[in-house]
Amino acid sequence: MIQIDQLSKKYKDAEHYSLKGLDLKVENGEIFGLLGPNGAGKTTLISILSGLIKPSSGSFKIDGLDYTSNNKQLKQVIGIVPQEYALYPSLTAYENLYYFGSMFGLKGPSFKASIEEHLNILGLGQFAHKKIKAFSGGMKRRVNLIAGILHQPKVLFLDEPTVGVDVQSKTVIIDFLKEQNSNGTTIIYTSHHLNEAENFCSRVGIIDHGQLICLGTPKELIQNEQGAEHLEEVFLALTGKALRDYA
Amino acid sequence: MPSPEKHYGTMHKLFVSAKKEFWLLTRDLGGLAVLFLMPLLLVITITLIQDNTFKTIQENKIPILLVDMDQGAVSNQIITNLNESSLFNIIKKESEANAQDLVQKGDFQLAIILPKDLTKDLNLKIDQNVSGILAEFGVESDREEPLVNIEKKEIRLYFDPATQQSFKSSVRNNIDKMISQIESQSIYRAFQEELGEDENTSIFDTESFISFTEIVPNTNKKEGIPNSTQHNIPAWTLFAIFFIILPLSINMVNEKNQGTFIRLRTQPIPYATVLGGKTIIFLWVSLIQFILMLLLGIYIFPLMGLPKLEVTGRIPLLLIVAFFAGLAAIGLGLLLGTIAKSQEQSAPFGATFVVILAAIGGVWVPVFAMPNFMQTLSRLSPMNWGLNAFYDVFLRNVGIGEIIPEISALLLFFIVTTTIAIIYNEKKNAV
Repeated sequence: MIQIDQLSKKYKDAEHYSLKGLDLKVENGEIFGLLGPNGAGKTTLISILSGLIKPSSGSFKIDGLDYTSNNKQLKQVIGIVPQEYALYPSLTAYENLYYFGSMFGLKGPSFKASIEEHLNILGLGQFAHKKIKAFSGGMKRRVNLIAGILHQPKVLFLDEPTVGVDVQSKTVIIDFLKEQNSNGTTIIYTSHHLNEAENFCSRVGIIDHGQLICLGTPKELIQNEQGAEHLEEVFLALTGKALRDYA
Repeated sequence: MPSPEKHYGTMHKLFVSAKKEFWLLTRDLGGLAVLFLMPLLLVITITLIQDNTFKTIQENKIPILLVDMDQGAVSNQIITNLNESSLFNIIKKESEANAQDLVQKGDFQLAIILPKDLTKDLNLKIDQNVSGILAEFGVESDREEPLVNIEKKEIRLYFDPATQQSFKSSVRNNIDKMISQIESQSIYRAFQEELGEDENTSIFDTESFISFTEIVPNTNKKEGIPNSTQHNIPAWTLFAIFFIILPLSINMVNEKNQGTFIRLRTQPIPYATVLGGKTIIFLWVSLIQFILMLLLGIYIFPLMGLPKLEVTGRIPLLLIVAFFAGLAAIGLGLLLGTIAKSQEQSAPFGATFVVILAAIGGVWVPVFAMPNFMQTLSRLSPMNWGLNAFYDVFLRNVGIGEIIPEISALLLFFIVTTTIAIIYNEKKNAV
């Protein structure tokens, strides 16, 4: 379970809070969609939960572990799939996964078998020993995904895992994530693909200006918004149509 | 799906981190070749230039201009001495202006202008002085000419503006010495004439009474006078070892740009372990570089006509110094790689900084020849510590005890730079 209490973040020299007093509870086994326009605070929230940045105030616990006192154990129970590929281009897919898995303390024949099996499931078995720099965007996304789940995390954070990939790769990724979830992994997922989120997530939260503005199952949110048939209409009604450009 | 075993040991993570660095390094064969070949090329070039400079001067005499307005015994003596020095090929010119013009254009390095009446006036001046001295002792002189005021003579030297100061000093010293010898010989000759002795019978020994011999102090009673190879290999090897900060810092900047560093920060691995993996592999690189340099000095230099590197009995100590020098260089690379945000920051800074460390460390100009302030500064350069340790082993034949201060300083430098890198990384990431 993820328990977030009054979490705030204001970056150094920033005028506004990126997150302001956010409270959220995500239950074990959920696929939680964190949605919001650009600059709403989604990546900041995931960065805090994954230990990349520290909050200005507030607290959170993942699987009962507090980030201030159990940082190392906390990193062991979470998996991160960042938006960037975060892979070594001159190493092969296998070598990348071997290295990142080893940094979680994995070793032995079962670890090596696990790498090969994950590569096969995501359709990359025959490319295991090819260098990442020769891979397409979709292939890199899939290797990126495997690197985040090799250590079988209890909670998996995914920052736009299907951005820039073709429909085939997207389908494979979503199916794989559903299987992970069915095996007990809690998934926190951000995306701008609202149709995908509507079908994939068990619950979504829409965040804007650093605050959670609505929370519920996709079905509940659509029902609550008059005239809305899809999550995208709910989203636009709540966040407006104004562009969110920032630099 | 198999459930992989989990181990939390740092040693396994360190081992795999080193393995990853090895993979990264060996995947870039061009970069690897540059890493090993360029230092070899550097040492070969510098040693060839330094070792052959004197030989070249001897074999291919430097052409210089000489304008002889004296046309007397003194100018003939100067020309004879210059010819005998085997350093110069003398080209005579009639006009000072012409000679000056040719030197100014850079066609010649030097023009020597011997003034008019140099022989006549020098002899006259010496005769006057000798007669005066003898008269003081009551010896009657044969001189009949009255005393006249003789102007001092000036030999003018025109140097090409591009000529290096060391060459100018060397030429000036040689000519000065030559003139002094001619003057003293003329004085002896004048005394001999005044005392009525036969010119052909020498009563004065005009050879230098005091001479000097170069002796290399050697407390360990080991044979050997250091040669240019013995000087160059340590200095330029150290320079090459420190250049490792460039590929190392670029490697770290690349990790930041590729996002792999962000992923590592979300994993249960201390930054020290990440740096440890890099240290292990890059330390091997610097040791291999050093061994290649030794092999070059021992086996390749003699084939190129250069002096052989003498390492008998010194290899273990040399490897110890190379190990600690490599550590110091890696510490600097880790710090630079931690602080730099882009290759545009790390590469020019790293390259320039190594050159500065080499300069203040005494790789180009010996520390004793530096101004006081720079001598103090040189004591802060890890390259100076490394160079002293290498010279101690190569040239002074010392034991392990004598190099402990230097290698301890190198180790301390590694510890301090790496600790700063770790602290900086923690502070920087506490956004």
